[in-house]
Order: sequence, then C-alpha cells, then structure tokens
Amino acid sequence: MPPAPLLELRRLVKSYGGVRALRGVDFNLHAGEVHALLGENGAGKSTLIKTVTGAHAPSSGEIVIAGESVSGLTPTTARALGIACIYQQPALFPDLTVVENIALRLEAGATLRRLDWRARKVRAMELLARIGAAIAPDAEVRSLSMPEQQLVEIACALGAGARIVIMDEPTASLTQKEQHLLFAVVRELRGSGVGVIYISHRLEEIFALADRVTVLRDGESVGTHAVGDINEAGLIKLMVGREVAQIYPASESSAGEVVLSVREVGCRASGVHAVTFDVRAGEVFGLSGLVGAGRTELARVLFGLTPADTGEILLNGERVAISSPQNAVAHGIAYVPEDRRRHGVVLDLPIAHNMTMAIHPRIFPGAWLRFGAERSLALEFIRDLAVKCAGPDAPGGSLSGGNQQKVSLARWLATKPKLLILDEPTQGVDVGAKSEIHRIVRRLAKDGLAVILISSDLPEVIGMSDRIGVMGGGSLRAILPGKSDPHVVMAAALGTAEKGAA
Amino acid sequence: MKKYFRELSVVAALGAVLLGLAMFAPAFFQPQPLLSLVTREAPTLVVACGMALVIIARQIDISVGSQFSVCSVCAGLLAARGWPLVLVLPASALLGASLGAINGLLVAGLRLPSIVVTLATMVTLRQGLNLFRQGEFVNMPDKFQWLGLSQSGGQWTLVGAAFALLIVLGLAMRHVAAGRFVYAVGTDAEAARLAGIRPGRVTFLVFIFIGALTGLAAIMNIVQSPQVQPLSGAGLELKVIAAVVVGGVAISGGRGNLWGAFAGLLLLACVSPALTHLHIEAYWEKAIQGAIILLAVVADGVRSRKESRG
Repeated sequence: MPPAPLLELRRLVKSYGGVRALRGVDFNLHAGEVHALLGENGAGKSTLIKTVTGAHAPSSGEIVIAGESVSGLTPTTARALGIACIYQQPALFPDLTVVENIALRLEAGATLRRLDWRARKVRAMELLARIGAAIAPDAEVRSLSMPEQQLVEIACALGAGARIVIMDEPTASLTQKEQHLLFAVVRELRGSGVGVIYISHRLEEIFALADRVTVLRDGESVGTHAVGDINEAGLIKLMVGREVAQIYPASESSAGEVVLSVREVGCRASGVHAVTFDVRAGEVFGLSGLVGAGRTELARVLFGLTPADTGEILLNGERVAISSPQNAVAHGIAYVPEDRRRHGVVLDLPIAHNMTMAIHPRIFPGAWLRFGAERSLALEFIRDLAVKCAGPDAPGGSLSGGNQQKVSLARWLATKPKLLILDEPTQGVDVGAKSEIHRIVRRLAKDGLAVILISSDLPEVIGMSDRIGVMGGGSLRAILPGKSDPHVVMAAALGTAEKGAA
Repeated sequence: MKKYFRELSVVAALGAVLLGLAMFAPAFFQPQPLLSLVTREAPTLVVACGMALVIIARQIDISVGSQFSVCSVCAGLLAARGWPLVLVLPASALLGASLGAINGLLVAGLRLPSIVVTLATMVTLRQGLNLFRQGEFVNMPDKFQWLGLSQSGGQWTLVGAAFALLIVLGLAMRHVAAGRFVYAVGTDAEAARLAGIRPGRVTFLVFIFIGALTGLAAIMNIVQSPQVQPLSGAGLELKVIAAVVVGGVAISGGRGNLWGAFAGLLLLACVSPALTHLHIEAYWEKAIQGAIILLAVVADGVRSRKESRG
C-alpha cells in the first residue's frame, strides 16, 4: 500500500453567503509530486488555496495532512504543519535585507530577545544555497528582480520546513530565462520530497513540469489525470466543458461605420503590445482572456489613463492622441471601470451627483450648478435603466451592486459617447441585474453605440459579442466571430490556438 | 433635516451655551463687547473657510499660522512705507496665494503628504520670519487703523466682510461646479480622475485658495491694532482646524460644509468670554475646548462606524 498522501481534501465545500465557491472538491497531493491545478477565472482555485493555507475556513468537508485530519486551520497552524504558499506578487518587506526577511518569517520568540545576526545570516545563506539561488544575503529586497524575490519566498518556505508548497501563477511576470531557473528549483523541491501544488494558466508549463493535473470548473473537480494521459485539447475540454446555457439577447443591430480603429497600439508601462482591431457603430466587440491577459490595461490605454506610446488610434477615421481621461471624454470615449465599488461610484455622493460627474461643463454652463437639470437627468436615467433606489438624492452606497453598476453606466451614457468601454460590467451582480445589464448593452448597440465589452465570464462574452478579441500576455491573439465555440476561445486565450481548435 | 443633523447639533450646542449665558451672565450680550469679540474672530473665520475646503479635499494645511504671520508683517512693512490700503490688500492676498502655491505644488505635483509638506513650510516660514525681523514689531500708520473708519465702523465692516465671504463661499460650494469637484476629489480621488476631473489641479487650487484667504485675513487682523506683532498667527492653524472639525467637516475628506465650520468656530470662540462672565478660572478654557473637539471627533467616529456596518 502506498504511503498516505501528504495532503488530502475530502468533499471540501466553501460558501460565501449564498455563493458556493467550492462544491465538494476531492484532491490529493503526494510527497515528491508536482500537482498542477487548472481552471478558468473563478473556477475556485483561489478559494481552494485559501482554505488549505487556513485563510478561510471550509464550510464543510475534511482536510487531511499526512494521514491526520485537521480542523480549525489558521494561517499559523497551517504554517506549523508545513504548508507554504508563494504568491504571484511576493509578500516581502522591500526595505529590509534578504537575511532580515527570512529571519522575520522563521524566527519566533520573545519580543525583547537578543538577535543573533551571525546565525541569521548563516541560515539565510544555507537556505539560498539549497535552492541554488545566487542572491547576496545582505541585499535589500527592493533591489532584487521578481524571480529573485520568489526564490527568497521559496527559501522562507523551506526554512519553515514546508512539505507542501503552493505556487500561484509563479511565472506570470517572469521572462523565459527566469522561468527555467524557477522550474529547476521546483524540480529540486520535488526531488527532496516536497509536494508542490502548481497553479498556472500556461498549459505548456504544466506539461513540462507537473506529474498530475486537476481541473476545477465552477467549484468542482472535473477530473485528475496523469500528465502523460491527457493532451492540451483534453484539458481545454475539461476546463470549458459547459454549455452556454444562459440566454443572451440577440444582436439586433447591423454594424455600421468604423468608430474606433486601433493600429499596432502598445504601451510599455502597462505591457500592452501591438494591438490592432476595429470596432464599428452598433457592434459589441468582446474582449476575452484570462486574468492578467492585458484587457483592462488595453482599456486604460484607450481611455488615456496610461497613454499609448506606440501605434495609432483613429476615431471616426481621424487620428487622435488620447493623453488623458479628459481628452478621451472630449473625443467621445467612455470607460466604465472594473472595480465599481472603488472607482465607479462615489459611495458617499448622491446618485444624481454621481450621474452628472463627467458632464459638468455641458449640463452646468458657466459652472453654476442647476439642480433642476441635474435632477431631471438623474430621474430620466433612473427610469431608463430601471435603477432601484430611493431617489436621486440617495447616496451611491445605498444601492445593490447591479444598481451601482447602472449608476456608473448612466454617468458615462450622459456624456453621449460614441465608444463605450465596459470593464467586467456584471462582476458581482446578481442574475436578474445581469440580464438587465445585458439587455441595456444590446439596446445601446442598437442605438448605434460602439461597445467594447471586457468580461472574464466566458459564456457572457461569447453570448453578447458580435466579434470576440482574445487577449493573452498583453497582445491580441485572435479575433473570433460571435457565438464561437467556447473551446476555441479558451484555446486562443491559453495560446494554443492551432492545436486547441482541432 | 437628517442630512444636516451634524451641523444642527453644533448649532444646538451653541444655542445651549448662549442660553446659559443669557440666564446666568446677561452681561455677555452687551453690544459693544460682543461686537469686539466677533471682530476679533473675523479673520479666523476667513481662514477657517479656506481650511474647510482643504480638509474636504482630504488635505490639511498646518502652515496657515505662519503664512498669516508672514503676510501680516509684509503687509505692515508695505503700509509703513506708505502703500495705500487698496494696494496692500491685494498684495497680501497675492503673497498668501504664492505661499499656498508652494504647498500645492509639493502636495499635488510631487504627491507628498500634505501634513509633512505644510509642517515643513510652517517651520520654515516661522523661523525665516524670526530671523528676518528678530521679533521686531511693525508700527502701522494711523490711517490703517480700522480701515481709516471710526472704530465701530471698522468693526462692522470687518464683520460684514467676513460674513459676506462665508456666505458667498458657502453657496459656491453647493452651487458652483468647482465646489463639487472638491467634494469628489476628497471622497475618492481615483474615481474623480476616471470621471474626467483632475484631482491634482483641484488640490493645487485649494492650497492657493487657502493661502489667498489667509493673506486677506492677515489684513483684517492688522487693521485692528496700531502695531503688527511678529508672530500674530502662532497657533492659528490649530484654532481653525479645531473649528472645522467641530463643525462636522470629516478629517477623512469629502464631507461637511462651511456652515458647520462657522458654527464650530463660534462655539469654540464663546468658551473664553463665557468663562470670564461666569467667573470661572481661565485655565478651564483650553480644557473645555479640548473636550469639545474630542466629543466632535468621537461623534464622527461613532457615526462612520455605524454607517460602515450598514
């Protein structure tokens, strides 16, 4: 009989309010194994990690570590049991040295104990040597590159005696060469009997590194396979695997003139490279891709928040330089941002103020506020978009998520834009509000607006879009027709278009 | 009614104090001493208006006291050289605005925290002035005394001017688009930026504005006495910040109005004469003022905790 797995999850369930993020996941990890975890955005990977690291308590189910069932896991006890997580963005103290960072993680004891600097340094050097990292122990972490910082994290994990190391998209911000360095370290960890849970969107990494792979979808495990027994197409099928069940309003508009034309646009600061596409009046152009694909970054370029430094942007055939949001608004571009709670709606201000925030010069000529005009505009939008609220004077914070989104939308519709960019408009809104927003988007397109719809919800972006641009790594990888097969879209997002489409 | 609950509660407290005085010390309401009291506070009111704007924009300016001193001394020197009031007044406002522009440039341009920036300019201006003047007083020409009017005429003019400014600014904050920009930036600068407002510019202008008001207030102060003290503005920043906070302007920005700041200022200003009239030792003054500030801050804390719990 083989030894008990290092980590075993049995029927793990986690609910947030009414939403079930994990619906009974079984998972196990053996010593000396790299087990990849794969899934779409929101499939439950992060939730799974958070329960294993003790950040969130599972609603039901069992976590078994080395044959022993543990309950009431907290971050501290998880660490004591040898579980370590290395996040995409290392959580180190940038102003402290490598030695100090490692010591802070590993040392415990009285607040007023004496610090043995020499022993600290020796231990840090040992740990760094174990993973073959050539990092000066006295260097400030600020001066290290991203992969070097990850190596420091791994050294911390090893020093803490970690037997289970979780790596969450560790290569997302690494160059090819740095990736190979990291792979070598992962293989070494495996060799020394550590179990590694490896999360990545990059299929080629999984095939290069992992022994087994588990695919999560909608909070459920849809299968664990040895890497040798499955190919990329098979994985994609597992990841997508669901029918586009929801009904989306049909496209009623025929595409008109080209409104926005983007030619080889790039922005070094935000990692957008040579993006080229057109959007026509009356068209919904979807932007799909995995987290970190560069969709929001592209939207921010088009809205002048991080102006483009290469390529050209044409609006209605005329070349324009969009250098600031004010500029973008003047050119008829509207951007409804992703995180409406933080940036879309000012929660303290009344709905009416929120709605007129972007159009002061037009609605208030001479800068004198006209409350009558503001009120009637607000009432019109409240009726038009069916915003459920106590009235135009109610503060933005008093509304539900879906209704806040409508207020945010109203603010930008009030600018009478030619191009509307919606960034995750239905994130965190309930099903009813979601389909209402879908109908509104369709109606706006029918009225001749050009719409760019950014969405991580694959059925939504496929169901709503007339054409779908698929992004990955900051560039546009493919432009697909609306109602495309989800497998094809996912394959393009994963960067395996040729093989995946077969 | 509910919307202005915070402001109205300050007004109620003020009313209670005045009522108490009316019952136990009716001498407080003799017209001439009362007018003198209000006149003394008129320059403070003008600076408090500016401070309310700065704090609503989620900044703070603790250099106003030093700005006030610098403007007072410079205006006094110009006056002593024979400049007429019609020139000294705009010169002082302009000087204040330039000092404010330095703060604004550092805060908005370099994105430095305003408390540190204005702490630095506060100390620099104060010590610079000390070095330059060695504590010397400036003697004002007689024609500046009470703006060249009779004493009561001058007093009424100053009080009237301060009130006019309060009313104009208070209305502007509600009725001019720029006022709403200040609230928007103070509540959520990033949201404001996404809505096409330029938070940096708003912040910069707010600092210039408080500087100009401080320059103006300095003139309103120096015409009340024959001499300009070298450090006439010492402690002014604490006084106006306290007034603004007591009046319900949230130190975290985006909330409150000038009417509340005005009520807060009156409440704090009443403490000292009330004690005198009630024959209580003057030592109590600061303690009572401190207690009022504490009460206001605690009330705001309780309120915002209640709100965040939904």
